[in-house]
Amino acid sequence: MKIYADNAATTKMSRAALDAMIPCMEEQYGNPSSLYSLGQRAKEALELARADVAAVIHASPKEITFTSGGSEADNQALRSAAALGKKNGKKHIISTAFEHHAILHTLNALEKEGFEVTLLPVHENGIVRVEELEKALRPDTCLVSVMYANNEIGTIQPIRELGALCRSRGVLFHTDAVQAVPHLPIDVEADNIDLLSASGHKFHASKGVGFLYARRGVRLQNLIEGGAQERGKRAGTENVPGIVGMAAALKDTAAHMEEAAAHLLPLRDRLIAGLREIPHSALNGDEKQRLPGNVNFCFEGIEGESLLLLLDDRGICASSGSACTSGSLDPSHVLLAIGRVHDVAHGSLRLTLGEDATEEEIDYIIQNVREVVEYLRGFSPVWRDLESGKTPHIL
Amino acid sequence: MALYSEKVMDHFRNPRNVGVIEDADAVGEVGNAKCGDIMKMYFKIEGDTLADVKFETFGCGSAIASSSMATELIKGKPLSEVAQLTNKAVAEALDGLPDYKMHCSVLAEEAIQSALEDYYTKHPEKKPQE
Repeated sequence: MKIYADNAATTKMSRAALDAMIPCMEEQYGNPSSLYSLGQRAKEALELARADVAAVIHASPKEITFTSGGSEADNQALRSAAALGKKNGKKHIISTAFEHHAILHTLNALEKEGFEVTLLPVHENGIVRVEELEKALRPDTCLVSVMYANNEIGTIQPIRELGALCRSRGVLFHTDAVQAVPHLPIDVEADNIDLLSASGHKFHASKGVGFLYARRGVRLQNLIEGGAQERGKRAGTENVPGIVGMAAALKDTAAHMEEAAAHLLPLRDRLIAGLREIPHSALNGDEKQRLPGNVNFCFEGIEGESLLLLLDDRGICASSGSACTSGSLDPSHVLLAIGRVHDVAHGSLRLTLGEDATEEEIDYIIQNVREVVEYLRGFSPVWRDLESGKTPHIL
Repeated sequence: MALYSEKVMDHFRNPRNVGVIEDADAVGEVGNAKCGDIMKMYFKIEGDTLADVKFETFGCGSAIASSSMATELIKGKPLSEVAQLTNKAVAEALDGLPDYKMHCSVLAEEAIQSALEDYYTKHPEKKPQE
């Protein structure tokens, strides 16, 4: 059996996206900035895509800027809000401890430029508390950035309430919605969002394309200079096939969102229930307030990379927050932020289901994870010490 | 390009000398769970020879493969030779490791040294003269 259970990393392209892209490469391949009809047809396709993307999140087309993906959108959102804040003498930014590195690293850079950053705790359940944001807000706060749903543990944040609080205090509110866009209905008006980042390949579009929503009046700062594309806010000839494919993929995803969630929720819960039966394991993040396809566990006594390699041998693609998979000595900052200790965080497994997942696949995953965990524990000195009582079990 | 060589994958999938020697003459343990790697080696020594060796490892694919390969390289060898095994030799025998995984082979060398140290602490009379 072959099971792709790493949809939070990237997704397979949808037929809708592919069908929309091909003509942009074979027929309407003109440059949207050219004045002849071949170019203008590409320009039309680009603007139709912008309108489609805007409609899905209840924005207006002028509020959408196409980017190379989620990371670029995150960088531009933070840089723009920081520039606006600086102009008004406000140099305090609030975010959370478990943001994507596109946010955290940009915040590090801004700190070096004199900004002050407060990272809110995300607690054991992986959810930010509105009252803690309220306490952290200061007269000089220029931006609050909280991800819509976490990329590792899938926990969904109280975006609407956080946004309302920011709105009432006149503070810009950004959300990295890269993981949420494929699964949750997003309404930038109702959710009180000023800036939002999204990435196409997370919802069945191609890699290398994403978008930034910026509410009218929120002036964007360029990351890339050199041309009048995207109202002068993002230079470079537009990735027309990618953008058109992304709009088609987004429309398709949005049209089937409820149906997909209804299909995935019981499968997710079945997977959680099955993996829980493995002794000394624990689910990471809130059990219910999480994305419909996200399951993330820690297993004591084993290390994540070897788990992934053996699952790959059995046809299962998954990911882990272990240090060995991150290329550093520290395990996932997300797992540490929800209070998992290093020893346990190394033994994590993330499974993110695709809309076509089946019950049979879930049972196959449960069976194989159980076998591999048991096998690896069989020659783990850490597990031996836990079982002999030399060191106490944590999970 | 695959992450690991065929040899690493072979030793990872079918690790040699896995397990515990209950009446081991020496035990070595290195690494810590915080960093995500722990290696434990059990030695059975007869005369001046490493008659048997087993290992237990908590760690990534290359840590398991390095332990497995290291035990193969030292099993049945005189202790003087066992003491000479370097991490480089382990990595080379595995047809190489990615740069950021070289520490796994270092861990294997250290586990062997740790077991030898344990043995010579228990049997100072066997310790080779400098």
